[in-house]
Amino acid sequence: MKTNEVLLEIKGLHKRYDEIIALDDINLNINKGEVVVILGPSGCGKSTLLRCLNGLEKVHGGDIRYRGKSLVNNDVNWQEIRQHIGMVFQNYELFPHMTVIENIILGPAKVQKRDKSEVMEQAKQLLERVGLFDRKDSYPRQLSGGQRQRIAIVRALCMNPEIMLFDEVTAALDPEMVREVLDVILGLAKQGMTMVIVTHEMSFARAVADKIVFLDKGRICEISEPNEFFTNPKTERAQQFLNIFQY
Amino acid sequence: MQSLGISVLFKGMNMQRLLEGLLVTARIAFFSIIIGSLLGIALGVIWTSKSKWIRLICRIYLELFRIIPILVWLFIMYFGVTTALNIDLSGEVVSVIVFSLWGAAEMGDIVRGALESLPKHQVESGKAIGLGFWDLYRYVLIPQAVRRMLPGAINLATRMIKTTSLVVLIGVIDVIKVGQQIIENSRIEVPTASFWVYGSVFILYFIICYPLSKISRKLENKWNG
Repeated sequence: MKTNEVLLEIKGLHKRYDEIIALDDINLNINKGEVVVILGPSGCGKSTLLRCLNGLEKVHGGDIRYRGKSLVNNDVNWQEIRQHIGMVFQNYELFPHMTVIENIILGPAKVQKRDKSEVMEQAKQLLERVGLFDRKDSYPRQLSGGQRQRIAIVRALCMNPEIMLFDEVTAALDPEMVREVLDVILGLAKQGMTMVIVTHEMSFARAVADKIVFLDKGRICEISEPNEFFTNPKTERAQQFLNIFQY
Repeated sequence: MQSLGISVLFKGMNMQRLLEGLLVTARIAFFSIIIGSLLGIALGVIWTSKSKWIRLICRIYLELFRIIPILVWLFIMYFGVTTALNIDLSGEVVSVIVFSLWGAAEMGDIVRGALESLPKHQVESGKAIGLGFWDLYRYVLIPQAVRRMLPGAINLATRMIKTTSLVVLIGVIDVIKVGQQIIENSRIEVPTASFWVYGSVFILYFIICYPLSKISRKLENKWNG
């Protein structure tokens, strides 16, 4: 599915929290249709990198370009950009006072000002795809964590984004619910969705990724094909990291 | 035959006058609560600003109303500000102004607290679907904040209703003032007048305030259900 068309271009990205350097000289290209999985130990800057791509964190140096357009100026219209770069978070972040369907159509209806019946039709299809159409009038509190995350993914998809960012979307789930969420993401990958995924699920990373980016202490240690990364990592740091996951 | 004390309530126009007084009380409270709530929501949103100075100004505004008794505010506005600016405002208008400003201050604090208690990821997930500042507040944050602040807001509203009794002191004829007049007029014939009159004032206040707490409990149950 991976093409040669570059969608996101990250160049020399630098980000710090006060004195602490969170991201240092990050260089990464993400092509259309590509699935990039970012791995690394806790606190290595994976989530921060993802959040920079969606304007949730301020960048202190370098450049991020989406389709050639820089995202680090002050005059970036993030409201516009975020319609193209969707994001799903670790926490169950549905709006608790709205039903499932209201959650989903809020963005398309209010931000994109799309026709309601057309949005409803798309929402219906997406919900059916994740097997939750019968829960469309439920409130988030009536759903399990896995169901909520699937809805959160549908909500982001309904904006018709070009890129999806997943920030440890299964980290807060009970183990038996992880699968149902990962399956949805895997399905998206098969359809050619461009995705940047931060995860701790190693076998999932291996299955879904076109490219593994291994981050440590805010720097990219290595970028590899998944099979190569898991069987024969280039750096010792990556090997150490992988060893943690093996008993 | 010595008339029963309670008859004082129904003598002449007494009951009608009491209810008219109650209407004044209710009118002042109603407008103050509406205006105060709207200003308070705006203040609360501004208050969540990251700017230290804006927060400080909001804080000072609130403290001015917490530290200085409402009665003093009524006097300052009614006797001070009107003469200083050479404008003529009725006691009732001054009351609405003072109670609105007070309500806004307290309501602002309640709204701020409710907004700040919302999880940060609610803001982020709103942003992530492209909501702008106003839409984020309108569709995501305010509706959730309202649910959280309801007990505090209803409490404030009943406090405001009760505190309107101070307006007597700037010459507004509210339900209490009418009560006093009736008592004074009938002190000789009905020595127990104050019991009956104040007793009915008690009930009248109850009639306005009780539905508020009833409604708030209903809404809370509905939202939590």
